[in-house]
Amino acid sequence: MEQKTKIHAEPGKQEIVVTRDFDLPVALVFKAYTEPEILAQWMGTKVAKLECQSFGSYRFETTDPMGNVHVFSGTFHEIVPDKKITRTFLMENTGFEVQIEYLDFESVSESKSKLTMHMVFRSVEFRDKLLQMPFAFGLNMAHNRLEDIFK
Amino acid sequence: MKSRRDVFQAIADPTRRAIIALLAVQALTPGAIAENFDTARQTISKHIQILTECELVRQENKGREIVYHLNPQKMKEIAEWAEQYRQLWDTRFNALEDIMKKYL
Repeated sequence: MEQKTKIHAEPGKQEIVVTRDFDLPVALVFKAYTEPEILAQWMGTKVAKLECQSFGSYRFETTDPMGNVHVFSGTFHEIVPDKKITRTFLMENTGFEVQIEYLDFESVSESKSKLTMHMVFRSVEFRDKLLQMPFAFGLNMAHNRLEDIFK
Repeated sequence: MKSRRDVFQAIADPTRRAIIALLAVQALTPGAIAENFDTARQTISKHIQILTECELVRQENKGREIVYHLNPQKMKEIAEWAEQYRQLWDTRFNALEDIMKKYL
Protein backbone atom coordinates (compact mmCIF):
# COMPACT_ATOMS: atom_id res chain seq x y z
CA MET A 1 0.00 0.00 0.00
CA GLU A 2 1.18 3.49 -0.82
CA GLN A 3 2.39 5.29 2.31
CA LYS A 4 0.62 8.54 3.10
CA THR A 5 3.67 9.92 4.89
CA LYS A 6 6.96 9.74 3.05
CA ILE A 7 10.44 10.71 4.11
CA HIS A 8 13.34 11.71 1.94
CA ALA A 9 16.71 11.99 3.69
CA GLU A 10 19.66 11.48 1.40
CA PRO A 11 22.97 10.54 3.00
CA GLY A 12 25.34 13.47 3.37
CA LYS A 13 22.69 16.16 2.95
CA GLN A 14 21.67 18.82 5.45
CA GLU A 15 17.98 18.36 4.88
CA ILE A 16 14.99 16.14 5.45
CA VAL A 17 11.84 16.30 3.38
CA VAL A 18 8.65 14.78 4.76
CA THR A 19 5.54 14.70 2.59
CA ARG A 20 2.02 13.76 3.56
CA ASP A 21 -1.20 13.28 1.62
CA PHE A 22 -4.29 14.26 3.58
CA ASP A 23 -7.92 13.34 2.99
CA LEU A 24 -8.75 16.87 4.05
CA PRO A 25 -9.22 20.22 2.31
CA VAL A 26 -6.04 22.26 2.51
CA ALA A 27 -7.71 24.87 4.77
CA LEU A 28 -8.25 22.27 7.52
CA VAL A 29 -4.64 21.11 7.42
CA PHE A 30 -3.50 24.71 7.69
CA LYS A 31 -5.93 25.29 10.55
CA ALA A 32 -4.41 22.34 12.42
CA TYR A 33 -1.09 24.20 12.36
CA THR A 34 -2.36 27.58 13.44
CA GLU A 35 -4.96 26.86 16.15
CA PRO A 36 -3.15 26.22 19.45
CA GLU A 37 -5.77 23.82 20.91
CA ILE A 38 -5.77 21.69 17.79
CA LEU A 39 -1.98 21.72 17.38
CA ALA A 40 -1.61 20.65 21.01
CA GLN A 41 -3.79 17.61 20.37
CA TRP A 42 -2.09 16.12 17.34
CA MET A 43 1.46 17.11 18.30
CA GLY A 44 0.91 15.74 21.81
CA THR A 45 2.40 18.81 23.45
CA LYS A 46 1.41 21.79 25.52
CA VAL A 47 1.31 24.90 23.33
CA ALA A 48 2.51 27.74 25.55
CA LYS A 49 2.63 30.30 22.78
CA LEU A 50 1.61 30.42 19.11
CA GLU A 51 1.77 33.83 17.48
CA CYS A 52 0.88 33.07 13.87
CA GLN A 53 2.27 36.12 12.12
CA SER A 54 5.57 37.15 10.58
CA PHE A 55 8.16 37.33 13.36
CA GLY A 56 5.71 36.04 15.90
CA SER A 57 7.06 33.21 18.00
CA TYR A 58 5.90 29.89 19.35
CA ARG A 59 6.77 27.69 22.29
CA PHE A 60 5.83 24.07 22.93
CA GLU A 61 6.41 22.43 26.30
CA THR A 62 6.36 18.66 26.39
CA THR A 63 6.60 16.72 29.63
CA ASP A 64 8.13 13.28 29.35
CA PRO A 65 7.08 10.31 31.51
CA MET A 66 9.89 11.13 33.96
CA GLY A 67 8.45 14.58 34.46
CA ASN A 68 11.16 16.43 32.54
CA VAL A 69 9.93 19.35 30.49
CA HIS A 70 11.32 19.66 26.95
CA VAL A 71 10.93 23.01 25.27
CA PHE A 72 10.63 23.46 21.51
CA SER A 73 10.52 27.01 20.24
CA GLY A 74 10.97 29.18 17.19
CA THR A 75 9.91 32.16 15.14
CA PHE A 76 7.52 32.37 12.23
CA HIS A 77 9.04 34.17 9.27
CA GLU A 78 6.28 33.86 6.74
CA ILE A 79 2.69 32.76 7.02
CA VAL A 80 0.54 32.61 3.90
CA PRO A 81 -2.90 31.17 4.76
CA ASP A 82 -3.53 27.74 3.20
CA LYS A 83 -0.21 27.92 1.38
CA LYS A 84 2.93 28.34 3.39
CA ILE A 85 4.57 28.54 6.80
CA THR A 86 8.26 29.30 7.15
CA ARG A 87 9.57 28.99 10.68
CA THR A 88 12.66 28.26 12.71
CA PHE A 89 12.66 25.35 15.15
CA LEU A 90 14.86 24.79 18.16
CA MET A 91 14.98 22.04 20.75
CA GLU A 92 16.16 24.01 23.73
CA ASN A 93 19.05 22.77 25.88
CA THR A 94 19.84 19.81 23.67
CA GLY A 95 22.97 21.03 21.89
CA PHE A 96 21.03 21.12 18.63
CA GLU A 97 21.18 24.33 16.62
CA VAL A 98 18.21 26.04 15.06
CA GLN A 99 16.77 24.42 11.96
CA ILE A 100 14.62 26.08 9.32
CA GLU A 101 11.31 24.53 8.35
CA TYR A 102 9.45 25.29 5.14
CA LEU A 103 5.89 23.96 5.21
CA ASP A 104 4.14 24.03 1.86
CA PHE A 105 0.41 23.36 1.84
CA GLU A 106 -1.05 22.31 -1.47
CA SER A 107 -4.64 21.74 -2.50
CA VAL A 108 -5.02 18.59 -4.57
CA SER A 109 -8.83 18.69 -4.83
CA GLU A 110 -11.73 19.99 -2.75
CA SER A 111 -11.25 17.17 -0.27
CA LYS A 112 -7.58 16.30 -0.64
CA SER A 113 -4.36 18.12 0.08
CA LYS A 114 -0.66 17.62 0.37
CA LEU A 115 1.86 18.94 2.88
CA THR A 116 5.58 19.15 2.19
CA MET A 117 7.79 19.77 5.19
CA HIS A 118 11.31 20.73 4.20
CA MET A 119 13.74 20.95 7.13
CA VAL A 120 17.19 22.43 6.71
CA PHE A 121 19.93 21.87 9.29
CA ARG A 122 23.17 23.67 10.10
CA SER A 123 25.24 20.56 9.37
CA VAL A 124 24.92 17.01 8.12
CA GLU A 125 25.81 15.90 11.65
CA PHE A 126 22.83 17.70 13.18
CA ARG A 127 20.54 16.31 10.50
CA ASP A 128 21.74 12.78 11.17
CA LYS A 129 21.57 13.24 14.91
CA LEU A 130 17.95 14.25 14.65
CA LEU A 131 17.15 11.26 12.43
CA GLN A 132 18.75 8.79 14.76
CA MET A 133 17.75 10.47 18.00
CA PRO A 134 16.33 7.78 20.15
CA PHE A 135 13.15 9.69 19.59
CA ALA A 136 12.24 7.38 22.36
CA PHE A 137 10.55 10.08 24.33
CA GLY A 138 9.04 11.87 21.37
CA LEU A 139 7.74 8.73 19.77
CA ASN A 140 6.45 7.02 22.89
CA MET A 141 4.89 10.15 24.16
CA ALA A 142 3.15 10.89 20.92
CA HIS A 143 1.76 7.36 20.98
CA ASN A 144 0.65 7.56 24.59
CA ARG A 145 -1.00 10.93 24.14
CA LEU A 146 -2.85 9.73 21.11
CA GLU A 147 -4.03 6.62 22.87
CA ASP A 148 -5.38 8.87 25.61
CA ILE A 149 -7.17 11.09 23.13
CA PHE A 150 -8.77 8.29 21.18
CA LYS A 151 -9.76 6.08 24.10
CA MET B 1 35.71 -5.97 18.86
CA LYS B 2 32.60 -3.94 18.27
CA SER B 3 33.25 -0.85 16.27
CA ARG B 4 32.49 2.45 17.90
CA ARG B 5 32.32 4.19 14.56
CA ASP B 6 29.19 6.04 13.67
CA VAL B 7 27.56 4.88 10.45
CA PHE B 8 26.19 8.32 9.75
CA GLN B 9 29.64 9.82 10.14
CA ALA B 10 30.90 7.24 7.70
CA ILE B 11 28.39 8.06 5.00
CA ALA B 12 28.66 11.83 5.48
CA ASP B 13 31.93 11.79 3.52
CA PRO B 14 31.54 12.22 -0.27
CA THR B 15 34.38 9.82 -1.14
CA ARG B 16 32.95 7.13 1.09
CA ARG B 17 29.52 7.63 -0.43
CA ALA B 18 31.09 7.24 -3.87
CA ILE B 19 32.71 3.98 -2.73
CA ILE B 20 29.33 2.75 -1.46
CA ALA B 21 27.80 3.63 -4.82
CA LEU B 22 30.49 1.61 -6.63
CA LEU B 23 30.03 -1.37 -4.34
CA ALA B 24 26.28 -1.21 -4.71
CA VAL B 25 26.78 -2.29 -8.32
CA GLN B 26 29.36 -5.01 -7.73
CA ALA B 27 31.96 -6.34 -5.32
CA LEU B 28 35.39 -4.89 -6.07
CA THR B 29 39.03 -5.35 -5.15
CA PRO B 30 40.74 -2.45 -3.34
CA GLY B 31 42.70 -1.73 -6.54
CA ALA B 32 39.55 -1.57 -8.65
CA ILE B 33 37.93 0.81 -6.15
CA ALA B 34 41.01 3.08 -6.08
CA GLU B 35 41.07 3.27 -9.90
CA ASN B 36 37.88 5.32 -9.75
CA PHE B 37 39.53 8.11 -7.79
CA ASP B 38 42.36 10.55 -8.35
CA THR B 39 43.17 10.37 -4.65
CA ALA B 40 46.18 8.44 -3.39
CA ARG B 41 45.50 4.74 -3.00
CA GLN B 42 46.40 4.97 0.66
CA THR B 43 43.63 7.53 1.23
CA ILE B 44 41.12 5.23 -0.43
CA SER B 45 42.33 2.33 1.73
CA LYS B 46 41.69 4.46 4.80
CA HIS B 47 38.15 5.19 3.60
CA ILE B 48 37.54 1.49 2.96
CA GLN B 49 38.86 0.72 6.43
CA ILE B 50 36.39 3.16 7.99
CA LEU B 51 33.52 1.67 5.99
CA THR B 52 34.62 -1.80 7.10
CA GLU B 53 34.89 -0.78 10.75
CA CYS B 54 31.33 0.43 10.81
CA GLU B 55 30.31 -2.76 9.00
CA LEU B 56 28.85 -1.03 5.97
CA VAL B 57 31.38 -2.89 3.85
CA ARG B 58 32.58 -6.45 4.22
CA GLN B 59 35.86 -7.95 3.19
CA GLU B 60 35.87 -11.32 1.48
CA ASN B 61 38.79 -13.43 0.34
CA LYS B 62 38.37 -14.76 -3.16
CA GLY B 63 41.34 -16.98 -3.87
CA ARG B 64 44.33 -14.75 -3.50
CA GLU B 65 42.28 -11.61 -3.96
CA ILE B 66 40.41 -9.50 -1.48
CA VAL B 67 37.08 -8.11 -2.60
CA TYR B 68 34.81 -5.70 -0.79
CA HIS B 69 31.06 -5.81 -0.91
CA LEU B 70 28.24 -3.91 0.73
CA ASN B 71 26.59 -5.21 3.86
CA PRO B 72 22.89 -4.94 2.95
CA GLN B 73 21.86 -5.47 6.58
CA LYS B 74 23.72 -2.36 7.69
CA MET B 75 22.40 -0.34 4.76
CA LYS B 76 18.94 -1.36 5.86
CA GLU B 77 19.63 -0.09 9.37
CA ILE B 78 20.33 3.37 7.96
CA ALA B 79 17.04 3.26 6.15
CA GLU B 80 15.31 2.17 9.36
CA TRP B 81 16.61 5.15 11.30
CA ALA B 82 14.85 7.39 8.84
CA GLU B 83 11.88 5.00 9.01
CA GLN B 84 11.50 5.59 12.74
CA TYR B 85 11.41 9.33 12.15
CA ARG B 86 8.90 8.81 9.34
CA GLN B 87 6.66 6.84 11.68
CA LEU B 88 6.77 9.62 14.25
CA TRP B 89 5.35 12.05 11.69
CA ASP B 90 2.97 9.47 10.32
CA THR B 91 1.48 9.03 13.80
CA ARG B 92 1.13 12.78 14.24
CA PHE B 93 -0.37 13.33 10.80
CA ASN B 94 -2.84 10.46 11.28
CA ALA B 95 -3.97 12.19 14.47
CA LEU B 96 -4.20 15.52 12.67
CA GLU B 97 -6.38 13.90 10.02
CA ASP B 98 -8.66 12.23 12.56
CA ILE B 99 -9.08 15.43 14.55
CA MET B 100 -9.73 17.65 11.53
CA LYS B 101 -12.31 15.29 10.02
CA LYS B 102 -14.63 16.51 12.76
CA TYR B 103 -14.51 19.95 11.15
CA LEU B 104 -15.57 18.71 7.72
